[in-house]
Amino acid sequence: MSNILPPQMARKMYADMLRIRQFDTKVVELVDDDLIPGSCHEYCGQEAVAVGVCSALTDKDILTSTHRGHGHTLAKGGDVGKMFAELFGRSAGYNKGRGGSMHIADVSLGIFGANGIVGAGAPIACGAAHKFKAAGEPHVAVSFFGDGAINQGVVHEAMNLAAIWRLPVIFVCENNLYAMTTPLREVTILELHERAQSYGMASIKVDGMDVGAVFDAALSAVERARSGGGPSFLQCDTYRYFGHYSGERHMKTTYRTQQEIDEWKKRDPLDLWAERLIRGSICSAQDIERMKREVDDEIAQGVEYARGCPTPSPQDALEYMYAVNYPYTPAKGAEQ
Amino acid sequence: MRQLRFLQAMNEAYRQVMAQDESVMILGEDIRGGIRGETKGLHAAYGDDRVLDTPISEAAFTGFATGAALAGLRPIVQFQVPSLIYVAFDQLVNQAAKMRLMLGGQADLPVTYTIMVSGTRGGNAGQHSDNPYPYLVHAGFKVVCPSTAYDAKGLMIQAIREQDPVVFIASAMSLPQKGEVPEDIYTVPLGKGQVRRPGTDVTVVAVGHLVPEALAVADSLFEKRGISVEVWDPRTLLPFDRDGLLESVRKTGRVVIYDDTNRSCGYASEISAILGEHAFSYLVAPIKRITRADIPLPYNPDLEAAVLPSPKQLEQAICSAWSYSKS
Ligand SMILES: Cc1ncc(C[n+]2csc(CCOP(=O)(O)OP(=O)(O)O)c2C)c(N)n1
Ligand SMILES: [Mg+2]
Repeated sequence: MSNILPPQMARKMYADMLRIRQFDTKVVELVDDDLIPGSCHEYCGQEAVAVGVCSALTDKDILTSTHRGHGHTLAKGGDVGKMFAELFGRSAGYNKGRGGSMHIADVSLGIFGANGIVGAGAPIACGAAHKFKAAGEPHVAVSFFGDGAINQGVVHEAMNLAAIWRLPVIFVCENNLYAMTTPLREVTILELHERAQSYGMASIKVDGMDVGAVFDAALSAVERARSGGGPSFLQCDTYRYFGHYSGERHMKTTYRTQQEIDEWKKRDPLDLWAERLIRGSICSAQDIERMKREVDDEIAQGVEYARGCPTPSPQDALEYMYAVNYPYTPAKGAEQ
Repeated sequence: MRQLRFLQAMNEAYRQVMAQDESVMILGEDIRGGIRGETKGLHAAYGDDRVLDTPISEAAFTGFATGAALAGLRPIVQFQVPSLIYVAFDQLVNQAAKMRLMLGGQADLPVTYTIMVSGTRGGNAGQHSDNPYPYLVHAGFKVVCPSTAYDAKGLMIQAIREQDPVVFIASAMSLPQKGEVPEDIYTVPLGKGQVRRPGTDVTVVAVGHLVPEALAVADSLFEKRGISVEVWDPRTLLPFDRDGLLESVRKTGRVVIYDDTNRSCGYASEISAILGEHAFSYLVAPIKRITRADIPLPYNPDLEAAVLPSPKQLEQAICSAWSYSKS
C-alpha cells in the first residue's frame, strides 16, 4: 500500500479501475452485437496503469493516449455516457460521432485524444508541456504509449526534446509484452526504461498491476515535473486480458498461451487492490460489492443514455474539417 | 479453373517468386503472425533472413529496404495499414522514389511496397481509412491497384520483378474478391488497362475495389434504361494506359470517373486532365468525377457513407453524362 494515500482516494482508485474494467467488458459485448462500428482495443488488465498515473494529475494536466485509450480517458475523468455516445457514433458523443474509439478526446479535461498511430502522442505531449513551462504554469503532460511504440522514431525524438528543454512530461510506457502478435523480446533489447535513461531523464520500472506502486511512481514524476525537474519515464509492466483488438476474439492466434494469460490474471489489478483495501481496513467486502453495483449502474445508464442520443445527419458530413470554410471547400465527392 | 481469394493470390505470388528468386525477401510488422493470411507459411519456408518481423519502426524498415535493394536484394515491404506510410514518408518519397535519378542511374531499386487494407471503412475513422495512392503516384512510384484475384497475383509478380520501386495497393474492399487464378507463375504487365464490360454510350473509369460496383451499376442501367456502359479498369495507376482509355472514350465520347480518393488532386483529377488534353475533340459531354469528399472519413457509418463515392452517385452521373447535349 502506498504510504501517501488518503483512504478516500484509495477507494476512489478502486472504483476508477472498476469503471474501466466494466466499461470495456461492456464494449466487448456491444462490439459483438454490432452496436459499435469498427473495432475497439480493450484495456482490461491494464487498469492500474491509467488509474495510478491519472490519480496523480489534476484537471489542468493533459495527457495523450493511444489506440487502447478508453482506460486513460475514463481515468482522467471522461464521462461514461459521452464515451458510449461516441462509440455509438452519436452527435452527443465526445467527438460528435466523428472520431470513435481511436480518437476519443475531451480537450476540456486535458484529454488530447486517443490515437490510431502508434507513438504519435509523444511529441504532442511535449508541445503542451512547453506551453505550461513557458507560461509558468505548474501543469504537466503525460504521454501514454505501449511497449511497441518504444521502437517508433518519433517517441525517441520526443524524449530527447523533453530532456533538452526540461519539459514537464511524463512518458508512461505500458509494457503488456506484445505489440499485436509480436513479443517484446523479439523486437527490443534491454529493459524499456533503460532506453529513457540514455536521454538523461529519471526512468524507472514499476509493477503495473499494482495501482499503489504506479501512483507512487507517478506522483514523484509529476512533482519533479511541476517543480522544474524535467521529464521522467515510467515503465509499467502489465498485461492485456483480451486480444489486440475486438476482431481478434474471432480469430485463431497462437502468439501467447492460455497458461500465460491465466498466470497474469492471478495478479489482477482489481483483486490485488481490493485485497489490500480490505486488509488495511479501508474498505469492507460489502463496500467493494456496493462499488460494483454503483459502477454497473453507471455503465448501464451510460449505455442507455447513449442509445437514446440522435445520430448526426449525413447532410452535416463535411462539418468540423475547418474552423472557417471557403466556397467549394471542403469539396464534396460528387457535384450536387 | 481453380478459384482463389485475393489474399491467397497474393500469398501464392509471394511463395512462387521467393521460391524462384533467392534475392526476394519480405519485411514488415506481424508478418509471421500474419493473421490476415497473405504472408502465411513464408517464414516456415524461407527463414529468418528472408522473412523479417520488424519492430514498429516504419521509417527505419522502409529505408532498410532501400539499402538492401542497393546492395542487391529484392525486398517486399509490407505496410500493415495504409496510414503507416506517412510515418515513413521521407524514406519513401525523398529516398526511395528519387534515388535512381539522383544517382544518375548507377543502381536500380527493385522494392515492392504492399499497402494492406487500403481505403478500409466501416467505422475505422480518420487515421485508418485512407487510400493513399495519389500521394504515391505524385511522388513518382509505379503503383498498381488490382481489382481481381487474377490481377493480384499477376501484378504482384510483375511488381516484384520490376527494377523500380512499385507500390501494390491491396484495397480492403477487394480482399474478399474470389476468382480464377492459374496455378502457374504468370505476370500482368504494367500500363495495360482492361475493358471489364464493353459498352458504347458512356465510359466509366473505375479504380480498384470500385470496379465490381461499377459493373453492377452498368448492368442495372442497361436493364432499366438501355444505357450501354463500358467499364474500364486501369489496373495500374502509374504507368497509366492512356491509349487504352482514349480508345474507349473515342467510342463513347462520355466519361465518368469513379475513384475512392479525395477530390482535390485525387486520382480522378489526373484522369480528367489527361482526357481534357487528349480527348477534347471527341468528348460530347463534360467529364464527371465521383470521388471521396475532401475530408478524412468520419467514424459514424452514415457520415462515412455520405463522404464515400456511392453507386447511386455513379448512376446519376452516368445518366447525366448520357443525356447531356450541348444546346
Ligand atoms: C505507426 C504505426 N504502426 C503500426 C500500427 C498498427 N498497430 C496498431 S496497434 C499496434 C501494436 C501496438 O503495440 P503497443 O504499442 O505495445 O500497444 P498495445 O497494443 O500493446 O497496447 C500496431 C502494430 C499503427 N497503428 N501505427
Ligand atoms: Mg504492447
